[in-house]
Amino acid sequence: MPKPKLNVPRKSAKNQETAEQPSAKDGVRRPRSAALMASTAEKKTRRTRAPRVSEPLPAAIAAWFAKRGWKPRPHQLALLDAARERRSTLLIAPTGAGKTLAGFLPSLISIHNGERKKIGAGLFTLYISPLKALAADVERNLTHPIEEMGLKVRTETRTGDTSLARRQRQRVKPPQIMLTTPEQVALLLSHPDAPYLFADLDTIILDELHALAASKRGDLLALDLARLRKIAPNVMTIGLSATVARPSELRGYLVAQTEPEAETRLSDIVTVKGGAKPVIEILEAENEIPWTGHTARYAMREVYEAIGAHKLSLVFVNTRMQAEFAFQELWRINDDNLPIGLHHGSLEAAQRKKVEAAMAEGRLRAVVATSTLDLGIDWGDVDLVIHLGAPKGASRLLQRIGRANHRLDEPSQAILVPGNRFEVLECRAAQQAAEAGDQDATLSRVGALDVLAQHVLGMACQAPFNPDALFDEVRSALPYAGLTRSQFDRTVDFVSTGGYALKSYERFAKLRPADDGKLRVANPRIVQQYRLNVGTIVDAPHLKVRLVSGRGGKKNIARIGGRVLGEIEEHFAEQLTPGDTFVFAGQVLRFEGIRDTEVFVSRATAEDPMVPSYDGGKFPLSTHLAKRVRDMLSDPSVWSGLPNPVANWLELQTERSVIPAPDEVLIETFPRGNRHFLVAYPFEGRLAHQTLGMLLTRRLDRIGAKPVGFVANDYALAVWAHDDISSLISHGRLSLEELFDEDMLGDDLDAWLAESALMKRTFRLSAVIAGLIERRHPGKVKSGRQVTISTDLIYDVLRRHDPGHLLLEAAWADAATGLLDIKRLGAFLARIKHRIRHQTLDHVSPLAVPVLLEIGVELVYGQDRDAILRDAADELIREATGDLRT
Amino acid sequence: MNMLKPERIGLDDFADQPVLVCGKTFVAHKSGALYWPAEKALIVSDLHLEKGSSYAVRGQMLPPYDTRETLHKLAILIDRYDPETVICLGDSLHDPAGAARMDAADVESLRMLQENRDWIWITGNHDPSIDRMLAGHVIPEIVVGGIALRHEPHAGACTHEIAGHFHPAARLVFHGTSLRRPCFVGNRLRLVMPAFGAFTGGLNILDVAFEPLFDADGLDVWMLGHEGLYPVAPRLLRED
Repeated sequence: MPKPKLNVPRKSAKNQETAEQPSAKDGVRRPRSAALMASTAEKKTRRTRAPRVSEPLPAAIAAWFAKRGWKPRPHQLALLDAARERRSTLLIAPTGAGKTLAGFLPSLISIHNGERKKIGAGLFTLYISPLKALAADVERNLTHPIEEMGLKVRTETRTGDTSLARRQRQRVKPPQIMLTTPEQVALLLSHPDAPYLFADLDTIILDELHALAASKRGDLLALDLARLRKIAPNVMTIGLSATVARPSELRGYLVAQTEPEAETRLSDIVTVKGGAKPVIEILEAENEIPWTGHTARYAMREVYEAIGAHKLSLVFVNTRMQAEFAFQELWRINDDNLPIGLHHGSLEAAQRKKVEAAMAEGRLRAVVATSTLDLGIDWGDVDLVIHLGAPKGASRLLQRIGRANHRLDEPSQAILVPGNRFEVLECRAAQQAAEAGDQDATLSRVGALDVLAQHVLGMACQAPFNPDALFDEVRSALPYAGLTRSQFDRTVDFVSTGGYALKSYERFAKLRPADDGKLRVANPRIVQQYRLNVGTIVDAPHLKVRLVSGRGGKKNIARIGGRVLGEIEEHFAEQLTPGDTFVFAGQVLRFEGIRDTEVFVSRATAEDPMVPSYDGGKFPLSTHLAKRVRDMLSDPSVWSGLPNPVANWLELQTERSVIPAPDEVLIETFPRGNRHFLVAYPFEGRLAHQTLGMLLTRRLDRIGAKPVGFVANDYALAVWAHDDISSLISHGRLSLEELFDEDMLGDDLDAWLAESALMKRTFRLSAVIAGLIERRHPGKVKSGRQVTISTDLIYDVLRRHDPGHLLLEAAWADAATGLLDIKRLGAFLARIKHRIRHQTLDHVSPLAVPVLLEIGVELVYGQDRDAILRDAADELIREATGDLRT
Repeated sequence: MNMLKPERIGLDDFADQPVLVCGKTFVAHKSGALYWPAEKALIVSDLHLEKGSSYAVRGQMLPPYDTRETLHKLAILIDRYDPETVICLGDSLHDPAGAARMDAADVESLRMLQENRDWIWITGNHDPSIDRMLAGHVIPEIVVGGIALRHEPHAGACTHEIAGHFHPAARLVFHGTSLRRPCFVGNRLRLVMPAFGAFTGGLNILDVAFEPLFDADGLDVWMLGHEGLYPVAPRLLRED
């Protein structure tokens, strides 16, 4: 859908900037609630316009500030000013700047002053956070000051964990401030009483907006905001965000787009300049840095020493597998018995909570964590962030570093530990980006159609709707501002009858027109279905990991029900055979078997466990960092600043092959073993490389080069074939320009997508979000396989019989930016047109070594599944003929 | 509609496989169908036609194309083997009202498949009766050449039987990969056929449901792939 231009703010939009310098006086650690609040000294401020004279604070609140010897910070006052004029505002501030109080202060004052008369249930402020834990955390830190100020303000949380009775009561008698999640807002809006519940809504606070907006959850929330604005036309939004590359996208998100074709309307913005710059070091270990891998095992001794030299270190890694690995390695050398914990998304919630509590109480010295600790919550006095492996993106690095030292005025300390030689370059690039305060730009978001389908059904559950009115309302949400009427109508049609070209389901329509032209749900069962399927988070099927004692296989399992350690992906569990060992939840486990939805394991003492390869959290290298890495690579003058092994490696590459210019792509072809290799270095991240590899393999196959397989990492990909690729090129039978032509994104891509497992996975997510397939609910999974219909079958049938179907369109849009990263691949192919630097070599080049070493470690693609079956059949035949001989 | 003239199927070593049941020779096809050369009969099981619309009636709008797809697959086989008799081993329709929901074009396709040959609908638990508009003979089971063809296999050590009902599937763990596919499963005395319908899932043959049918020894398993069907050693198979 066409996207409206994001323009510079209109004249009417006010830009207020407050810059704060760190103050040495402010370095004393304060209790958490205070850290949220204010600072003693009024900081030197810089504003783009003359400051307004703020109205005095209500006595109770002023007294509270005064009692502590504090004054409200400039941005807190700026937000109060904006609120008085009912202007929606985006507050961009680093952690520790008192963002949360700034967001709540206007509401506290209004509620205290009793400015507005109640016309509905009395819900005044809605605080929406991406994490339910964050909602709980904020409640704790909000109730304290409210009590101390002596205000009569009722605050409550509402999340999926809130009891049913309480949730029911909240719909009738809500608190004045409700702290909740996007999914709960969607659910509340689907109830017939939503207009009454939200009639008094005055302020919506959106926390961690940068983490929420550019996602399907953000789409759903944007649609819900549009509905809230309709119920309460005077509602004001306050967005709280970390620094982002393009604030205008978040500013547009906060306000209604009244003329979607015109330029984007923007909210006000208040920016607090970051505190002290972080101090980032790149670790140089005594052991030589390896060619490949991300585990940073070689530097574990130094990492351990750094932990020992600090109070509390957060050790971030990119995948759960790395988390398990690093945890094992650190404990292996933990001679001082330092309390080191583990935290990642697969662990049982209770275990995670234990670690969080221990952190908060200062009982830990280090926690190895994945992105589960990226956001929001303060778990303790972290004074060092260690990043194992490259951070893959500048914004992620800054976010993670911000976890250390939740105060503006002291620099955060961070150590980056590259996992391999390429990652040295990447860490250096990330360090420079952080130095410059650069962020990764996210692609501007076009709202997903599967999310829209879910929302349309939710609105129908609330009350019969007029399609014209709903269309206008939906387009007032920024992600959907470019939605066409035909897309909207097709979505409504999808919700009602599946939206198939073959119009055979009209009789079973879920939405029926009433006399007034409004659409209503056909029966109450549809409402129930909606409520069970609400939300955009669709997890890969997971199995619980349960610890049982000792061996004994399945028989034993039936009797003993042990402790649940966490969850692992089903497809990982499927690879295991009883007796296999793997590391999980910080211990070595022996796989005993699977029953129903549970994996049974026992404790094992294997020296060399097979490490889980579950996918959780593999980020591709960001475009921004990739560019910096390319620039650094092509500029020999900066190599001297790199560690010796890395500088030598690059020197060697200049001797043996060539270093490409920053706007070129290097392609090397060489023989190795009895195979012929083609290695390309696009630096576009693993996902785009995997897609590229698939397409190149298809094309090479068509030319008759007999490709066998390929591997990809973040920087390069290698394809190998039976035929001599170098000689095909030199004889003019293969043109690299044609091989890498953009037209591969046409038919080749289409043909491959028909079979692609990634595409099928993407389709499944869309089918669940759009409500075509019901979610798998815990406990209902048994016997599911024979009964439920696999989305793979649906995908195949749709592609053949209804290729223009809405869900295929939605899945395609996801694939373009998600798992297949086609957009990025397209940009790459356009960029390198006529800029291919080909080198024919006699043997492998230094630069190619890392990616070749991943053969056998990483998954090799292009492997035909029928080939596996054929091999299994051969095995049987061998067995049978062997039997004959004996 | 040209579904009776499909593209030619590339002949591959594994495209079909001989299968013995009590001394009679059958040909199992990668699509999940079974051909009986001696009787010139094509046998398919568990078509579950109109499964999509059956869900739509209850508010889950699955694509309405499964009948079309299944009949298309069937047409390719009829072209290939030109059987005198087609026998559908039960659960041909997902529910008894399915026939009434069939698209006119699909009914027409079925008629074309039925021309010049005998068509036998064996009843199953999903379709205890078959609407007369679908033509063909309707019977609960039939014995051909000493072999009983029925929907649900008899429990116990029954022989001389070909049945469906269970939608057998196998999970192979091999070369570090796991693969789950529909399969034929038999012991040379009886055979259970995979489901043929476009929207049908599978039940792992290591499930307890199969225990009454076969002894652990002497099991033959053929897994369906894209290009062929492959005999696989039971020791390589795993539970789900």
